[in-house]
Amino acid sequence: MGMTITQKILAEHAGKEEVHPGELIMCKVDIALANDVTAPIAIKQVRALGAKKVWDNERIALVPDHFVPAKDIKAAEQVKMMREFAREYDIKLFWPEGRVGIEHALLPEQGVVVPGDVVIGADSHTCTYGALGAFSTGVGSTDMAYAWLTGEVWFKVPEQMKFIYYGKRQKWVSGKDIILYVIGMIGVDGALYKTMEHTGEAIRELPMDDRFTICNMAIEAGAKNGIIEPDEKTLEYVKKRAKRPYKLYKSDPDAEYSEVYEIDVSKIEPQVAFPYLPSNTRPVTEATHVTIDQVVIGSCTNGRISDLRIAAQILKGKKVNPNVRCIVIPATQEIYRQALKEGLIDIFLEAECVVSTPTCGPCLGGHMGILAKGERAVATTNRNFVGRMGHPESEVYLASPAVAAASAVMGRIAHPDEVVGS
Amino acid sequence: MSEVLRGRAFKFGDDINTDEIIPARYLNTSDPKELAKHVMEDADPEFPKKVREGDVIVAGKNFGCGSSREHAPIAIKAAGVSAVIAKSFARIFYRNAINIGLPIFESPEAVEGIEEGDVVEINPETGVIRNVTKGKEYKANPIPADIRRIMEAGGLMEYAKQKLGLK
Repeated sequence: MGMTITQKILAEHAGKEEVHPGELIMCKVDIALANDVTAPIAIKQVRALGAKKVWDNERIALVPDHFVPAKDIKAAEQVKMMREFAREYDIKLFWPEGRVGIEHALLPEQGVVVPGDVVIGADSHTCTYGALGAFSTGVGSTDMAYAWLTGEVWFKVPEQMKFIYYGKRQKWVSGKDIILYVIGMIGVDGALYKTMEHTGEAIRELPMDDRFTICNMAIEAGAKNGIIEPDEKTLEYVKKRAKRPYKLYKSDPDAEYSEVYEIDVSKIEPQVAFPYLPSNTRPVTEATHVTIDQVVIGSCTNGRISDLRIAAQILKGKKVNPNVRCIVIPATQEIYRQALKEGLIDIFLEAECVVSTPTCGPCLGGHMGILAKGERAVATTNRNFVGRMGHPESEVYLASPAVAAASAVMGRIAHPDEVVGS
Repeated sequence: MSEVLRGRAFKFGDDINTDEIIPARYLNTSDPKELAKHVMEDADPEFPKKVREGDVIVAGKNFGCGSSREHAPIAIKAAGVSAVIAKSFARIFYRNAINIGLPIFESPEAVEGIEEGDVVEINPETGVIRNVTKGKEYKANPIPADIRRIMEAGGLMEYAKQKLGLK
């Protein structure tokens, strides 16, 4: 029996010929990352055990991105704890403010994660790296501490789901719309404990940034990982960045899947997920009655350069609606500089947007754009749970950068064509 | 893990997410006592005041979906909750609960049968859940043997200690 790309990567890292869904395995880890929310608990556990060194000081990544630059004293203490741990244990992959970016944009950009890796992160959106053809998944801080000491993690081999995409995307339809559509179709536990493997001509057509978005939101369907087989676009992205050798895996034609879905992307309109679940999706044309107070363009889901380019294309020569504040957050320093070079930041400032240094900030209601009671936001982020961006009675509508930028101009949820014409 | 767990049931619906269990506005600390003060706050603002030592959370499907924050099971445990029974658990929450030693049980029948305020007894060894108020019994899905070994070692870090010889 053949294996999927996920099974092959897991088998290789578990030292086995093959692995089967349901099997419990101990896996070697290539990269283990944590952020300023989750690292402190792992650090305390490593210290409590009295361990004087870690498994590999070049394979542990510490990324302070959630509440940086530190939003208050407690947050500052958490980043300080990371800084001291990095120094004391000689952790090579630590990025302080001014160098750091949002973890799941930063690590692929810096070539820290590469195709064929097993990556665990104490952050649920670690599944993003599946876009490179790596197995990556979120774990908690205790799993992280264990991996920092042993270089290993236990997994139950997930059942495999396959999503085959075909057809030509409509104008303005991005990776974000595709994944929102799929989550709307299968629900927030539709892929619980399973792999979401995305394939087909419409995926091969997609740029890397959109593929990152699709794999990023696998967790929003409950999945263990999202993954896309590497192709020439992956290689083009990886070649100039990779810091380590990499290995390309492909699924066998006779690999076994628990479910197979076929999706015609030409039928997908730009999507909006209504509160309070990412699965609560509707086509944008059924959402244009919703007035808004804030727009957030950024996050590990949609803060990459092509996201900023699309937003700038829509905001160029326009002003943000007087009833709305529009917060733009490039996901990394490199993306920020590229946006500056291309004149995108100037377009945002001319349109009267707030432009912020890289941070997760408002996505999880941390800082840099918190909602008051009763306020509504359109965000390119990944979750719209109760209280996610602020007050428990505020609301978040998830959408693509194109829809978010158009909504910022109109003061209500809007189709991009309403702003730039079709 | 051998003693019987007993407490009053607090019922919650499907897809209770980690932002409801412990909102991110409190994640600038990892102190269990601080976190416990806000446990389940965005699902039921009164819960932190009502909950007592031993009480049991009974919820629908996909409990703990969302973030990887271990603060979620830590807050629940530190608030004195003795166990969570749900129709199903989100995968990272499931790992985290096992790793920090918060007893969790999957049983759709128990969730259907238990009402808010019922007194519940759970035998962690056998997975038998008894609704004392209604005089009914349910069985939780068994925990895989390899995962039980981690639990029996006293959580993942104790397991690590044995493995690394850091006694």
